[in-house]
Amino acid sequence: MKIVILWTDAMIFLLLAVAIASAWYIRKRPHLMLPWQRVAKSAAGMVSLLLLSLFLLVGLLDSLHYRAALPEKSNGQTVYSPEVLSAFDALAGGLRSRTEKTYSAPLAAYLYAKESIETPDGKTSRGYPRLKYGGAHLADPERELAGDVVKRTGLGALVGVVVVVGILLLAVTIRSFRRRPESSEIYIPHSGQGRGVVPLREAGSMGWIPAFTKMTANKPFRALLIATLIIAALIGATANLASAYHVLGTDKVGQDVLYLSLKSIRTGLVIGTVTTLVMLPFALLLGVAAGYFRGWVDDVIQYIYTVLSSIPSVLLIAAAVLMMQVVIEMHADWFETAAARADVRLLCLCLILGVTSWTGLCRLLRGETLKLREMEYIQAAQAFGVSSFRILTRHIAPNVMHIVLISVVMDFSALVLAEAVLSYVGVGVDPTTISFGTMINAARLLMGRDPMVWWALASAFGFMLVLVLAANLFADAVRDAFDPRLSRA
Amino acid sequence: MIAYLIRRILYAIPILIGVNLLTFALFFVVNTPDDMARMQLGIKRVTPEAIEKWKQQHGYDKPLLFNAKAEGAGKLADTIFFEKSASMFAFDFGYSDDGRNISREIATRMMPSLAIALPTFFVGLLIYITFALLMTLFRATALDMAGVALCVFLMSVSGLFYIIGGQFVASKLWHWVPISGYAEGADSIKFVLLPVLIGVAGSVGASSRWYRTIFLEEIGKDYVRTARAKGLSELRVLFRHVLKNAMIPILTGVVVVIPLLFMGSLLTESFFGIPGLGSYTIDAINAQDFGVVRAMVFLGSVLYIAGLILTDISYTIVDPRVRLS
Repeated sequence: MKIVILWTDAMIFLLLAVAIASAWYIRKRPHLMLPWQRVAKSAAGMVSLLLLSLFLLVGLLDSLHYRAALPEKSNGQTVYSPEVLSAFDALAGGLRSRTEKTYSAPLAAYLYAKESIETPDGKTSRGYPRLKYGGAHLADPERELAGDVVKRTGLGALVGVVVVVGILLLAVTIRSFRRRPESSEIYIPHSGQGRGVVPLREAGSMGWIPAFTKMTANKPFRALLIATLIIAALIGATANLASAYHVLGTDKVGQDVLYLSLKSIRTGLVIGTVTTLVMLPFALLLGVAAGYFRGWVDDVIQYIYTVLSSIPSVLLIAAAVLMMQVVIEMHADWFETAAARADVRLLCLCLILGVTSWTGLCRLLRGETLKLREMEYIQAAQAFGVSSFRILTRHIAPNVMHIVLISVVMDFSALVLAEAVLSYVGVGVDPTTISFGTMINAARLLMGRDPMVWWALASAFGFMLVLVLAANLFADAVRDAFDPRLSRA
Repeated sequence: MIAYLIRRILYAIPILIGVNLLTFALFFVVNTPDDMARMQLGIKRVTPEAIEKWKQQHGYDKPLLFNAKAEGAGKLADTIFFEKSASMFAFDFGYSDDGRNISREIATRMMPSLAIALPTFFVGLLIYITFALLMTLFRATALDMAGVALCVFLMSVSGLFYIIGGQFVASKLWHWVPISGYAEGADSIKFVLLPVLIGVAGSVGASSRWYRTIFLEEIGKDYVRTARAKGLSELRVLFRHVLKNAMIPILTGVVVVIPLLFMGSLLTESFFGIPGLGSYTIDAINAQDFGVVRAMVFLGSVLYIAGLILTDISYTIVDPRVRLS
């Protein structure tokens, strides 16, 4: 096995490291924690965060790439397969490898298209052949299928729920044993004397029921619990069904649609996050500099972003992507594998989207900095002779961070949607990259078939809807927490 | 105000030069004129003479940006960039690679684009503002919450879903309108209907929510309380006071777009096979026809800058306090 680190993998893990580091930094500082605590109080925000972290988990697993060693060796050296796989592929092994001949409906046991089948007695008849994997364990699918599906769904859901309940019980148990501080001074309201000493008798373990009621007392936790139960049941049922069926059917070349949908998540996440990572330094540096220094610096920066934003963005993206395609085609020797080439293309798409999308944030930051530089504390710093660099990093940057954060989370969903449209038009990701856009593109002409092939489209749109909806709700929660002025919106 | 306008228009010139430089760089840094000629003539078996001839015919036989051989001002003027860009400022776009006059092509393709873009814009505006006003009227009630939830949901649905779903339902299932295409005159109605509907539906979520935010911002102000204290009904307050005062933020986002309507929508037109400027541009990008792309980018930028100036003028109309200087 040979570990392969693609460009976007590196970017994703860099981002993850940055996120963890900033979480560590924020944790120690109460004034920075405050808005996040407000996010934690929002039920919708927490549920969407749960969904997003599941998507993120799939995306991260899918970003650990490797090339498997081939069994045969050429003169002593190990040969690696040209196919780049990921940890997710390894985990979902069966989903990836169990391909059928062509389309099949969700949870079907027969192929979608009629074919000539050879009957055991040597004659051929036209009919729907059995699938190689989907429902292959059934002797008579027509009779057993429904019952088997119900059984597997129920069992899977039950296992999922049981696991969650188990974890919850464990958490409650641990909590119930946590000892209260013995006879510490705490404030007892309405007790007359203000401060009192807790009697030793109460200081023992809390007990089961109180610990449970205490945990479920706050609303976001209850919402989170219910959401976790539902999601666990869904995942359990899907996983159990997926071992024997194609839960969301198969596509033209017989690939499992569920597998494709899950693989698309990584592409969406990369587009949504790496683009931001690329554009953030530009927007922050130029926006703050323009607002703070004014004069010719402001003129130059304003000129740059007016030029960029006066070109219709789709036009600019399309032109840039086509140019990039030409470069990649002309230099095929730069890339070791097809996956590396597709990956560079994905990265370039992020760069291009970043270049066209930083202007909005830059303008916002410039406006905010113009306002901030007139504040007393900035003027005081200037009067004390603090250097511009220090004023920018110590006083201005922390005070515009909430704008950056809000626009980053707001942009995420727009970028995921944009990827689909661009790939659909043909100026998006590489056709070999699995993404929502390429899935929709491959399935768009199928609606005209009779009977209709709807599952590939439906799954792509469904997964995208859940991802974007969760991102939008989370963005709203973050915005409300960080910018209370806007919270009425 | 005249002086202000003149200054704004003069300020547009360096921006347009920048736009031209950018498109120029995008196409020529990556693709030399030789590559372009090879692509136009067919990749295989092209003689160097044929390439030279093509370049000469299309005016690409000069240095790109700087002509060291020429004298004086010719160092900058006798180049591909200058020759191709200077005439743009007189709106002379030259010829596309297949030998058609770009200006004439733009003039004929403008109508289909407008036929889609104008109704989408105005019907959309009407619907979004009405919806937003309704939500504002019922603010902080279950109706408002449901409205916002609906908006967030609609925002999260991919635009492709509206297009594919709309085409499927309206054309395949109900045989209501043709899937795509375009016809001149009165026939165009049935071709225009679906793209307009889908265009309006596509941004109903985001736009209505945005307008709602604007209205809510206004409704907390003192003059609204005064109006209510005078005994005006809530509807009158909304229409006579809030709507009027919300005009400035609304215009900021809306007027910029109006001139750009001429460009049509790149995506809608290519999905519905409308022979407008949007699909023209997409085709040109795919064929790497630099002449057309540059013309469209230039036109787009001119219209965008015109939109910015129009926005400023519109402020003076809705708010007499604004003085342009």
